[in-house]
Amino acid sequence: MSNLVEVPVNPEVVQDQFVVYKKPKTLTDKPLHYCPGCAHGVVHKLLMEVVDEMDIQDKIIGVAPVGCSVFAYDYMNIDMQEAAHGRACAVGTAIKRMMPDKFVFTYQGDGDLAAIGIAETIHAANRGENMLVVFINNAVYGMTSGQMAPTTLPDMVTTTTPFGRDVKTMGYPLRMSELLAQLPATYYITRQSVHNAVSVRKAKKALRQALEYQKEGKGFCMVEFVGNCPSNWRMTPLESQKFVEEKMTQYYVVGDVKVPGGK
Amino acid sequence: MGEIRLMKGNEALAEALIRVGCDGYFGYPITPQSEVIEYLSKEATNRTGMVVLQAESEVSSINMLYGAAGTGRRVVTTSSSPGISLMQEGISYIAGAELPCLVVNVMRGGPGLGTIQPSQSDYFQATKGGGHGDYHLIVLTPYNVQEMVDFVKLGFELSEKYRVPAMVLADGAMGQMMEKVELFDQIPRRTEFPEWATTGKPHDKERRIVTSLFIEPEVMEQVNLRLQAKYRQIEAEETRFQTMNLEDAEYVFTGFGLGSRIAMKAMELAREKGYKVGLIRPQTVYPFPYAIYRETAPKIKGILDIEMNSGQMVEDVRLAVGDKTRVEFYGRMGGMIADPESVLKHFEKVYLGVE
Amino acid sequence: MTEEAIFAGFGGQGILSMGMILAYAGMIENKEVCWMPSYGPEMRGGTANATTIVSDTLISSPIISNYDTVVALNQPSVDKFEEKIKPNGTIIYDASNILRPPTRKDINIYGVAGSEIAIKLKNIRVLNMIILGSFIAARKTVKPESVYEALKKVLPERYHHLLPVNQKAFEEGMALI
Ligand SMILES: Cc1ncc(C[n+]2csc(CCOP(=O)(O)OP(=O)(O)O)c2C)c(N)n1
Ligand code: SF4
Ligand SMILES: [Mg+2]
Repeated sequence: MSNLVEVPVNPEVVQDQFVVYKKPKTLTDKPLHYCPGCAHGVVHKLLMEVVDEMDIQDKIIGVAPVGCSVFAYDYMNIDMQEAAHGRACAVGTAIKRMMPDKFVFTYQGDGDLAAIGIAETIHAANRGENMLVVFINNAVYGMTSGQMAPTTLPDMVTTTTPFGRDVKTMGYPLRMSELLAQLPATYYITRQSVHNAVSVRKAKKALRQALEYQKEGKGFCMVEFVGNCPSNWRMTPLESQKFVEEKMTQYYVVGDVKVPGGK
Repeated sequence: MGEIRLMKGNEALAEALIRVGCDGYFGYPITPQSEVIEYLSKEATNRTGMVVLQAESEVSSINMLYGAAGTGRRVVTTSSSPGISLMQEGISYIAGAELPCLVVNVMRGGPGLGTIQPSQSDYFQATKGGGHGDYHLIVLTPYNVQEMVDFVKLGFELSEKYRVPAMVLADGAMGQMMEKVELFDQIPRRTEFPEWATTGKPHDKERRIVTSLFIEPEVMEQVNLRLQAKYRQIEAEETRFQTMNLEDAEYVFTGFGLGSRIAMKAMELAREKGYKVGLIRPQTVYPFPYAIYRETAPKIKGILDIEMNSGQMVEDVRLAVGDKTRVEFYGRMGGMIADPESVLKHFEKVYLGVE
Repeated sequence: MTEEAIFAGFGGQGILSMGMILAYAGMIENKEVCWMPSYGPEMRGGTANATTIVSDTLISSPIISNYDTVVALNQPSVDKFEEKIKPNGTIIYDASNILRPPTRKDINIYGVAGSEIAIKLKNIRVLNMIILGSFIAARKTVKPESVYEALKKVLPERYHHLLPVNQKAFEEGMALI
């Protein structure tokens, strides 16, 4: 018991020495609406921590998608624009072209980025737009309550694949990182996850790296996150982390897909 | 009598699509109508072999519909307001190529991403074009779950009769609410297809081209004249509406779909108070039932139009009655729904001077 | 006879299915029925409600301004809907969950100890059936037998082993009135 420190109850008198954890100032105080255990919350925090650490709150503009993270602008305490479903890369392109000295990122789900918005995504990548795409791949349409996404795994049950995804009629899960890595104009493409502490730390480094590249004007970067959707996967948060570990990351292998100078 | 079930509007519509012998569904999920594709994914293919395809976007859905309709099959897409906006180019092409098919819009509040709550703000888009060019859709507006079923069948029948695309213009409330419905019996899928369908050139006949491109203006004008002639015929023969209590009415409440349900309740409340109120409810909004308003106008003291928008159908009502009677409007927007008491209060205020 | 009711509470309390069971029961008795849920993201843990209308005659609006009966399973629902009850209407609320009960003098107020019974039955998930029992005992909108029939339709087949406990809950709820 001797090493217990008595913590003052009044928050106003909390002293710095007692603070072990703070949320970045670039996150608002609004409680997240995400379901318990959802990857969106973690990635929001990592992204904003990086913005905090690089001290670019006043120099970065974000583009929110249509998907569960449609309200990203409620939580990220920076200037943001809301794009139509799938069009974030077009919106982001234009913001960056108008203000090349600013940082720009889009934040998109798999339906948004890889289904309805795949044309905008590929063309922004192909032009080597100097921006960051943060891509949350949770293998379903979370917001509209769990339909098949382009990234849904083979045989995975969703509300529009009640008998499992049949790759013969519904196609194969798209590996967007590998696809975009083919394009000569993409600079840095990496796939991360946030399902345990180690991966969270690595993921944050990747986000930082991508924004540093943007600062240097290197071109299109994408950080894909193998995410989860406990609600629509009909799993507890823990079960969903296990599914990420055992199933998702088998198909979507975590690691750098394209790094400067080769691989 | 057909089978009676208690069903959600979206699911009843999906069941009707199977039973009407649909050959193909192409769509992209969007609230408040995703139940349609979910229901079909589970039920349709096993029962009738119907193709159910989740497209990558509404742009793709509507062009799939174009291709499928061009093969002479019974085909459909469903969506909600933002998705229907994306489809407008394709709808214009389908109208230009004179392909029969069904498009369902379960409206939500806009503009833009708006809200997912019920709205009726796509009336102009549905009835006055939406896409480019001089075209019309046949637009049916269900006011209960039963009509979500009946208008699927009617929509296909009219669309195929005239080779004009049809639209079921519903709203989030129609899609989400449950009511008792009588379902028609399964109609077998067709095995024979119209003359004009691109099913492979017959040896002894001309080949078929599906297109909306007529580069010579003289030809394009002829196409337009043919379309307009069809529209005049549709206006003359296919207008549908319902009236209630017009016999002794001094005032008429009107609206379409959800608006007409609220108008009906407000009428009941008004009658309880002794006001002689009747109801006109268009079932087709293109063709619009101008005549019934025109005929009724001289006999009454005024019309109150109730819509979940800023006043869209009311323009057609005003066009119909001219200065023959007074027309007032009560609307809510952005996913808010008018409640019958407020409608009644508004009526008392504007027409009877009761505060 | 027309019953214009609203069932309201937190998402997850079985609010929507209460209304749906009543609608089914009405249909079984050949009545006109309409069930209109609130929908949208608010369903994730927030408040939920379902308007349910059962009538001998054609139902006009699914959206109504004032209710014959309000069933409230949480405080926000009492606060929100008490004023929307018609004079001589009824409110039924879960007394175990509500700190500020309704106060109007011109309505019938039933505070029933639903949650207590649910705990006694060792199954908090049947709270909705208990309250529905109280509703039917107070309002007699449909016969209990129709509710039992309706339950079979609303509960997916794989949960049919739960029919007896739900019926028991319903009976206990009836006895509270
Ligand atoms: C034009 C248009 N079509 C459809 C929708 C409905 N919609 C909203 S979000 C979404 C998919 C979301 O999935 P995803 O991008 O994977 O994001 P998640 O919710 O899984 O994070 C869809 C289809 C819409 N808002 N607009
Ligand atoms: S529905 Fe899925 S993606 Fe959306 S917040 Fe919940 S868990 Fe996350
Ligand atoms: Mg997703």
